[in-house]
Amino acid sequence: MTALTPVLSSRWAEPRSWTLETYESGGGYVALAKALKSAPADVIRVVKDSGLRGRGGAGFATAAKWGYLPPDDGGPRYLVVNADESEPGTCKDVPLLMASPHLLLEGLVIAAYATGVRQAFIYLRGEVVHVHRRLLQALDEARAKGYLGRNILGSGLDLEVTLHAGAGAYICGEETALLSSLEGYRGQPRLRPPYPAVSGLYSRPTIINNVETIASLPGILGRGAAWFASMGTRDAKGHAFFSLSGHVNRPGQYEAPFGITLRELIQAAGGMRPGRRLKFWTPGGSSSELLTVKHLDVPLDHESVGAVGSQLGTRGIQVFDDTACVVRAVARWTDFYRHESCGKCTPCREGTFWLTQVLDRIEKGKGTRADLDRLLETCTSIRGRSLCALGDGATMTIVSSLEHFKAEYAAHIDGHGCPFDPRQTALFSSPGAKEADA
Amino acid sequence: MTYSDEARARLDKDAQRILARYPMKRSAILPLLHLVQSEEGFVSPDGIAFCAETLDVGTAEVSAVATFYTQLRRRPAGEYHVGVCTNTLCALMGGDAIWEALRDHVGVDHHGTTRDGKITLERLECNAACDYAPVVMVNWEYFDNQTPESVKELVDDLRAGKDVTPTRGADKVCTFKEVSRILAGFGDGRANEGPSAGPASLAGLETDGGRKGAAS
Repeated sequence: MTALTPVLSSRWAEPRSWTLETYESGGGYVALAKALKSAPADVIRVVKDSGLRGRGGAGFATAAKWGYLPPDDGGPRYLVVNADESEPGTCKDVPLLMASPHLLLEGLVIAAYATGVRQAFIYLRGEVVHVHRRLLQALDEARAKGYLGRNILGSGLDLEVTLHAGAGAYICGEETALLSSLEGYRGQPRLRPPYPAVSGLYSRPTIINNVETIASLPGILGRGAAWFASMGTRDAKGHAFFSLSGHVNRPGQYEAPFGITLRELIQAAGGMRPGRRLKFWTPGGSSSELLTVKHLDVPLDHESVGAVGSQLGTRGIQVFDDTACVVRAVARWTDFYRHESCGKCTPCREGTFWLTQVLDRIEKGKGTRADLDRLLETCTSIRGRSLCALGDGATMTIVSSLEHFKAEYAAHIDGHGCPFDPRQTALFSSPGAKEADA
Repeated sequence: MTYSDEARARLDKDAQRILARYPMKRSAILPLLHLVQSEEGFVSPDGIAFCAETLDVGTAEVSAVATFYTQLRRRPAGEYHVGVCTNTLCALMGGDAIWEALRDHVGVDHHGTTRDGKITLERLECNAACDYAPVVMVNWEYFDNQTPESVKELVDDLRAGKDVTPTRGADKVCTFKEVSRILAGFGDGRANEGPSAGPASLAGLETDGGRKGAAS
């Protein structure tokens, strides 16, 4: 049994955990003071030795990303925190920022010091107003105490941080779309290269890191790279949030080392709903291939999940039991991608439009067997043919569900309708719904 | 522009504070759009013109940006924006049933506003609270673990002018205009209201790690 490792969440249960007073009483900003006493290159070395990989989905090594910054040319360079958490199933950054905004700010100052940044931005999705309140207050507190602003803790480091509210667009979680949005344009992705580290915000060198990545830095700098690297697997070190939602008894945030399995997480979450069995799940939000009961013991790290044909992504684990219709689930995710496609690339814009039409008619019992091939062909036409990963993401649950549950699609077509009772999947009882037939 | 002199002076003052946060002024466009929503409850032609003037760009440039983002309203709408998450996870956990019950109860559909101007309904995409499914948002405050009955009561209270309290948020839901001002970057002094975290956020702290469940 892999033990859980609450680190970032360890103080969320404390009264007024979001205040500077509470944060400092638990040793907050001590790691910053320690980091500021060493050279920036030494801070980067600690992060490199820790093995920290980005927590936003791609899992790229954080120190390596920083390493792509060109040498200082005297002009500005920027650090942008991606707090646009919107991937379906992903719900870790919002509770972190609500409960412990200073954890992000402390990590942010450390990252800025390491990378030579004097202006940072936090791009926070707009649809979470209380998180905006908490972060605005935390920024004021940190400025008043000298953790932000000029000559931070006497180190000579100057850093300004701007909190920037998004306005409702999933695509802005994609780093180049985020930059377009932050520059004041429609949030549409850009062709890479050049990568943002070379030419990002205002065409200047820019680092973009996820909230959880940055929030992991105070622990790494405070307790050391070896402590962090003692958790996890060979290639995926440290603690990370595994966000369980759906048909488990206690959905929620489970901080654990990489390599924990879904079987262990479901046990920690008190099991599946009484009398029900696991049917399918997403390891990394809706932009990851569906897995099934066959994959309960796959170690949840980037490499192992990749080896079974999916991806670890954001660790937004959505769990569905045997009351759930996979066609309904996939059709709804596809509606999401059609709605959120920014429209820039034709394969994604048009492809998601066609996919929703075909899935809708299959779900309603009006599809044909030829539609199943049509779905796969359309997915092939989208995948790898757009500037960003949104189009690719739209295809993942479709292709994988056809692989694992083709018979269920066929049942909708041959039976001219959905064989499931939607009332049974709900977490509240509805009149007329059959009781669990365990 | 039809803003009163008083409103215009106030908006200008706020706009200068917003511009000061950015190295390039065009970056201020989203907070300015949130700001004009805080004045009129939607992005009006006046609001577009105000942003364009402030940023020294054309109104078409501002409209092109404003129409990209779903939180920016193109026409007048309700004092309370009630959103039901109907993305897959919430939908299957009961969001679809909540949506149907609410739509029938209120009598307006997706993007519709009640005649009293109180409630606008929207089917939402994922709002990053899947562990609290099914989720409903009122003016971007969280209402966790909802049922059709709880949501009907919620909108009845809003229409009756009663204060309603989010599950994880301020002590009461503020108006859409008030909330838009926070998104423009101006705090309202309510950061210390509400809990640190809800029960699902703390689930990993409370488990004994060995609680047995039927994983398969």
